[in-house]
Amino acid sequence: MSTQAGLSFEQAPPFSLPLQFFLSAPLFLLAAALLIVLDPASLASRWTPQALALTHALTLGFLAMAMLGALMQMLPVVAGSPLPRPRAVAWLAQVPLALGTLSLMAGFLAAEPIAFGIAVALLGVGFAVFLAAAAVSLVRATGNVTVWGMRLAVLSLLLTFMLGLALALMRAGTWIPPASAAALAAHLAFGLLGWVLLLVVGVAFQVVPMFQITPPYPPPLGRWLTPGLFVLLLIHAAAPALPARVATLVEAGLAAGILLFAVTTLALQARRRRKLPDVTLDFWRLGMASLIASVTVWTVAQFSPAWADSDAYTLLLAVLFIGGFGVSVVNGMLYKIVPFLAWFHLQAQLQARAGSIPTMKDMIAEGRTRWQFRFHLTACGLLTVGLFWPLLVRTGGLMLALSALLLQINLLSALRRFYRHGGRFI
Amino acid sequence: MNTILDFLGSDHRACDDLFASAESAIAQKNWDGARTLFDQFQAAMSHHLTMEETVLFPAFEARTGNTVGPTQVMRMEHEQMRGLMQDMAGAVAAGDRNAYLGLSETLNMLMQQHNLKEENMLYPMSDQVLSGNRDDLIRSMQAVA
Repeated sequence: MSTQAGLSFEQAPPFSLPLQFFLSAPLFLLAAALLIVLDPASLASRWTPQALALTHALTLGFLAMAMLGALMQMLPVVAGSPLPRPRAVAWLAQVPLALGTLSLMAGFLAAEPIAFGIAVALLGVGFAVFLAAAAVSLVRATGNVTVWGMRLAVLSLLLTFMLGLALALMRAGTWIPPASAAALAAHLAFGLLGWVLLLVVGVAFQVVPMFQITPPYPPPLGRWLTPGLFVLLLIHAAAPALPARVATLVEAGLAAGILLFAVTTLALQARRRRKLPDVTLDFWRLGMASLIASVTVWTVAQFSPAWADSDAYTLLLAVLFIGGFGVSVVNGMLYKIVPFLAWFHLQAQLQARAGSIPTMKDMIAEGRTRWQFRFHLTACGLLTVGLFWPLLVRTGGLMLALSALLLQINLLSALRRFYRHGGRFI
Repeated sequence: MNTILDFLGSDHRACDDLFASAESAIAQKNWDGARTLFDQFQAAMSHHLTMEETVLFPAFEARTGNTVGPTQVMRMEHEQMRGLMQDMAGAVAAGDRNAYLGLSETLNMLMQQHNLKEENMLYPMSDQVLSGNRDDLIRSMQAVA
């Protein structure tokens, strides 16, 4: 462990920097929802331009956007190692990521090669800047289970981007990669099971016990789960070159790891010391239930080749994993991070006595976070059932839009309180 | 003998435990129990913060020659915690459940992210740079009233 690294853990980044990420994320959730509302047939197949556009609005615009903001905030706390040059990094990552995601969505929707070219350039700049800064920070960080989760997640993000780049160039018509089906499978696996899942798992090891005061995760799970999943992902990426039986075994290993994580998390949360109602806990539980449902759906497909080959199977996995798991957990985290930062920076800026400023709970009206959870839950339910009963898809999209809108309003209400009590966005 | 990480880390767990017990009594409006548990929590916290401020931090600062680094941030967060606990004491005295729960949610986040920084960084660093007189340091901390 480097002593130098730990010495720099004092400074949280200025409030405005993570906020920039947190406040743009719900707008992409809203954009995805509106695509569904405008054309419910988007979800008829995973290959419709609308389905591809809305998937990237969710994964890049909502998930990656919020997760990069959260990483920026959490690195000093869990790794003792802030991002270098945070202000430059935030602007040079967030703006290109937002514009690049929009271009990519336009590229899919309009089948426009130029839009793919612009998207690739912008996303390339945004990710290069953020990944370089994160690499500096993570290399000098004090190693612990969460830091390892973050390292492997960030590496997966890099691989996801490289594979996405190849796929985008193919769409732009400039280059045909040699193994496009394998590249697509690896892009999906590293993006969802690498970047999203490994980051959530690594972060869960620290935050699940701390939010509700639960027992810690079993140490062997902390030590082995993220590296184990990552190794399986590497083998999975080579699957086309391996016997089919090996590929299935690797997938089974991934499914077992996911199941172990979800079940352990739910079991720890059931043993929590703080029993008060908590909307973040509800979002996490929905997320874990969705992971278990994803594993169940995958298991059924192993015994039913017809189901495994259907469009509905892939779409169902996507709705459960991206919407039910990813969006839920990130949404729940935003309700802890944003009110806490609003309180923390207000207190530090004003040197206020605690009683003279709003508490974390005053920052966002609890009832409104609960309504947003209900909209989100309903959206997940309707979109899931809607894959089999398309009549429900538009209502599901509408619920998702309401949920995204209310999330944004709720986050803004925290900032309004912060500002009204004399906080400054510096 | 223990490491500093074991010694102070397990004291964090003990404080968390009292914190959760007091909060749950207050959530159920069991005010008699709440007053006793809150007093115990506040005493345990005050003891923990004093051990760090009077024994560990000065030793760390003397050894590393750094008084404006991590220990300064830790001291600042201690003051934030004391401010919140003072208001929580007021809420307990006034029997104001909602005020208490708003403050305790805030304190939990502040306290837990603070503990993470200490347990991930400051304590392991202290074990490393103060390894020569670690046992004496722990004894001095145990002697803090």
